[in-house]
Parts: sequence; structure tokens; C-alpha cells
Amino acid sequence: MNRLILAGAALAAILAGPASAQDKILNASYDVARELFVQENAAFVPQYKADTGKDISVDQSHAGTSKQARAVVEGLEADVVTFNQVIDIDFLVKNGFVSDDWKNDFPNNSSPWYSLPSFLVRAGNPKGIKDWNDLVRDDVKVIFPNPKTSGNARYTYLAATAYAREAFDNDEAKVKEFVAKIFANVPVFDTGGRASTTTFVEREVGDVLITFESETRGIAKEFGEDKFERVTPSVSLLAEFPVAIVDKVVDKKGTREAAKAYLEFLYSPEGQKIAAENGNRVNDEAVAEAFKGEFPEVRLVTVEDVFGGWDKAQEEHFASGALLDQIYGDR
Amino acid sequence: MRRRVLPGLTLSLGITLFYVGLIVVLPLGALVFKAASLGPEDYWRIVSSARAVASYRVTVLSALAATAFNLVFGMALAWVLVRYRFPGRRLIDAIVDLPFALPTAVAGIALTTLFAQNGWFGSVLAEAGIKVAYTPLGIMVAMSFTSLPFIVRTVQPVLEDLDPALEEAAQTLGGSDGAIFMRVILPLLTPALLAGVSLSFARSLGEFGAIIFIAGNQPMETEITALLTFIRLEEYDYQAAAAIASVLLITAFVMLAITNLMQARALRYTEKTRA
Repeated sequence: MNRLILAGAALAAILAGPASAQDKILNASYDVARELFVQENAAFVPQYKADTGKDISVDQSHAGTSKQARAVVEGLEADVVTFNQVIDIDFLVKNGFVSDDWKNDFPNNSSPWYSLPSFLVRAGNPKGIKDWNDLVRDDVKVIFPNPKTSGNARYTYLAATAYAREAFDNDEAKVKEFVAKIFANVPVFDTGGRASTTTFVEREVGDVLITFESETRGIAKEFGEDKFERVTPSVSLLAEFPVAIVDKVVDKKGTREAAKAYLEFLYSPEGQKIAAENGNRVNDEAVAEAFKGEFPEVRLVTVEDVFGGWDKAQEEHFASGALLDQIYGDR
Repeated sequence: MRRRVLPGLTLSLGITLFYVGLIVVLPLGALVFKAASLGPEDYWRIVSSARAVASYRVTVLSALAATAFNLVFGMALAWVLVRYRFPGRRLIDAIVDLPFALPTAVAGIALTTLFAQNGWFGSVLAEAGIKVAYTPLGIMVAMSFTSLPFIVRTVQPVLEDLDPALEEAAQTLGGSDGAIFMRVILPLLTPALLAGVSLSFARSLGEFGAIIFIAGNQPMETEITALLTFIRLEEYDYQAAAAIASVLLITAFVMLAITNLMQARALRYTEKTRA
């Protein structure tokens, strides 16, 4: 009996967590941002203490951002969201969790840093892959996750489409054929960006991995620059990483100030430097200049310019039965 | 009212029914409700789309194959564990339950590592021209891994109760080994086997975590129904997700109902033959 009480007490203690009066915020974020936010948070905590004299802790939650958006709507009390696609914040707006004009709350459309779909090939680039048009070759196997379950791959799909539209002068039939050919060269569709990384790196499947440039840099660093080579295509899609305060949660918890300070920190020179060190391109001029050598020149197009915005892209390409489903159906 | 061994029947009945309602019926009801909010036409269009049908095919066929494999191998394993004494028996007995305890995603990653072209098993199989990872075969492997304990654990206790004297009696009556197995042992095991098979099959139908890592997830080829449901959710299309999930649910339910019927029959058969 005693043991049972003890176990019960221990369980209660675990569930209650350490008792403390300090501020605490939760950041719901995308799958491949774990390492990045560990560093951002470690830098933010002392900064906040210095500015306000208050202690704060930042908890992290990482998953595909559509899943995160659903989780927030279904009750995950995230004070801020740092996502990798705009439509998932729009979903929060539609459900009344985030204000309509969230894009104007912070600079650069509330996107503290950006990236682009980029290529990673095996050492020496044995297949000579240079640009999107190499991906349709019969001898090339391409790895990226399923655009239906991964924001990361949605950018890849849209970037390939944007390239094809330019190359074929907006001939929709040829564009569709081009993209379908790339998809036919994908032997494995994982559900998330990290899983595709594993497939390419650990299982040694495929000739080229397409994922965020930040991720290709991380892989090359972690597994050895001698094993992989980064290739930047001639044109790619601007991938914004939007952030927002979740009004409904911060109003309830009274954490608006902390949440705002946290997101603002991501724009500070220190926050930007950490982002750049993790392979993200940043807008802070001094930091961008310092990391110039790390990021090859590339022409970036935007979802707004090529596809008329995320809502339209979602409807025309990613909804059930839309273009992407048709491409799958053609297989 | 006749006195019962367990007191408070009304109270316990109330509590259990309430509990079952809250934990099982309510979520399933919500799912059916969501799917029902589609009109019949939309519902039919979603559940009968080529991609959905392809996913049912690969899911059901793989689940059948995995269950058949487990039926043979699980029964043999249970037999060995009950009838033979050898060093390490207890350990193996404990290991059988591991697929239950292991997070299915871990199982999926481990199996993929083994069966990938550069893995321990995969590299050997590749020489024989067999590909497991990223093919329907991989789905079967993952399903049979996660559902193996069901058959072993349902058959084992029945085998333990099975009196070897029955077999000896059959032997003295001149029965061949095959005849003894088919006409004495198998009928007695049938109810337990059916229970194990239905659980194993139902589990395989719904398995997600282990499979998505090893399947390759090619639409129309190696995309399982659970993943398609997940994909619809990712599109914020709750209704379509519920519709596709309802097909899985109905399949599992029908399957369980059929095996329950067969089980009742088998039980009657054993009782008749015993009497």
C-alpha cells in the first residue's frame, strides 16, 4: 500500500512538473527546426532576463506544421507558432486563433528567415545533376517527401512547377508532364523531410535529395562534406518561415509580452546569426553579408508571383483531386 | 435475484457500459458522424476513388498475407513454447510480447534498416533478386511483426490446457500424426486460432506507424489506407479522412463479426464432440 501511495505521489509530481513562478511559453514549430530552436532558445532566455529581469523558459514542440496547426486548434496551448508554410497559419486565422493581419505584426511578412528547395547529391555528383531539368532523366532517382504530408515537399513541387512554366512558356500540358516525370522518378515517398533525409543518407536510396537548403547544409556538415555535395538550382522558390502569436492562447495565459519578445528576438542580430549558422538565409544586412560565402546566388520566385498566393496554390494543386492528385493518378 | 459471485452487478454493469461508451463508442460515433455529414454521392465518390480502392487492395491483401504467415508461424511458436522444455524458453516467451511494447515507429525504422538494400537482410535478399523495403512485401513484414503476439497469446493458453492424453488415446486407436493433428488438435484450437486471426488481421488493417517507414508510400502501389486517411487530414479535409477511415472500420467490424460467428460454431462443435 505504502508503495502505491509513493508511486502515486511520484506520478503526481511528474505530471505537475517543477513548481515555479517563472514565465513559460511554448513554441509549436516545424519538423526540421529542433536544433535551430534549441540554440535560439538558449540565447533568448538570458536576453529576456537582462531586458525584463524575469526568468523565462521556452518549450518546443516539433512536427509537420499542418499537424501542429490542427493540434493548436484542438487544444495544444502554443503561445507562438513558427511554421514553414503560410497556409498552416491561415488555418489558425480561419479558426480564430491568430489575427487576420498577422503578416504585418513582424517585418518581412512575419518571416524572420527564409530558405529554398535545393539539391543534395552524392560525392562527385556522379549523375551530373545541375538543375531541375536533370530530374526528369530516366537514370535519375529523386528523393523528397510526399507534398501531401510535408510542407517541405510542397515547396519542391511548386519550385519544379515554376521552373517548368518558365521553360515551357506556361504550356500547362507540358508543365504537368514535366512534373509528373519527376514524380515518377521518386522511389520512396516519406511523410516528412527528416524521413527523406534518412532514406537518402542512411538507406542510400536515390541520386538526389531535394529539401530546404538549410537541411542540405546540415546534412553535408553532419555526415561529411566528402560524402555529399550541395547543388543550387538556377531558380527556386522563396520559402518563407512565418511566425505568429497565437492570440487566443496568450490572452488566456497572459503571455503576450513574452511571446512578442520571443518572436522579436528572432529578428535581432543574435537571433539572425543563429538562424544563418543553421543554414537559413536572413534579411539582416550585416549578418547576411557575414555569411555571404555560404549561400550561392540563386534567383527566387514567390508563390504570390507564380501561383497567385497560397490559397490559390492550395486549391489548384494540393486539394483533394487537384493537380497533384492527378499527377499521382497518372502513375 | 440469485446471488452472484461478483457483487454489485447493476453498478459494475453501469460503469462498464459508460466506460465503453465514453472510450470506444463516442470517438467512433464522432467519426461516423463526420463521414455522414457528407452526402451519399460525395461519400461514394471519395471512398470509391481509384486511389482509395488501390489503398484498400494493398492494405487488405497485405493484412491477409501477414495474418496467414502469423497463423502458421504463431501456432508453431505457441506449440514449441508449450510442449518443449529447452534453455531460453522463458526468454523467448517474454520476447514474443515485445512487438506490443515497442513503439511501432521504432519497429518500422528498425525493420527498414534491416531490409533496405544496404541493410543486413536486404543486402542478402537483393542478391536473390528480392526487394522487401519499399515494396508491398515490406508492408507484410511490418504487419506480421506488429501482430505476431496476437496468435501466439491466444493459442498458448488453450494448448496448455490441451491434455496430451487425448493425443495418446488417438495414437493407441491407430491415428496417423496427420489425422491426429487435423481431427483432434486442430478442432480444439480452432476457436482460439480464430480469435487470434481476427485480432491480428484487424490490427494489421489499422497499422500505421511501422508501415509508413518501410512501405515507400507510392500512391496506387504501396500507399496503405491509414496513410491516405492521414493525407486527407493533412489537407484539412476531415470529412474525406473520416469517410476513408469508416471503410477500414466497417471492414474490421465485419471481419470480427464473421470470425465471432465462426468461433461460436467451432465452440459448439467441440462441445458436441466432447459430450
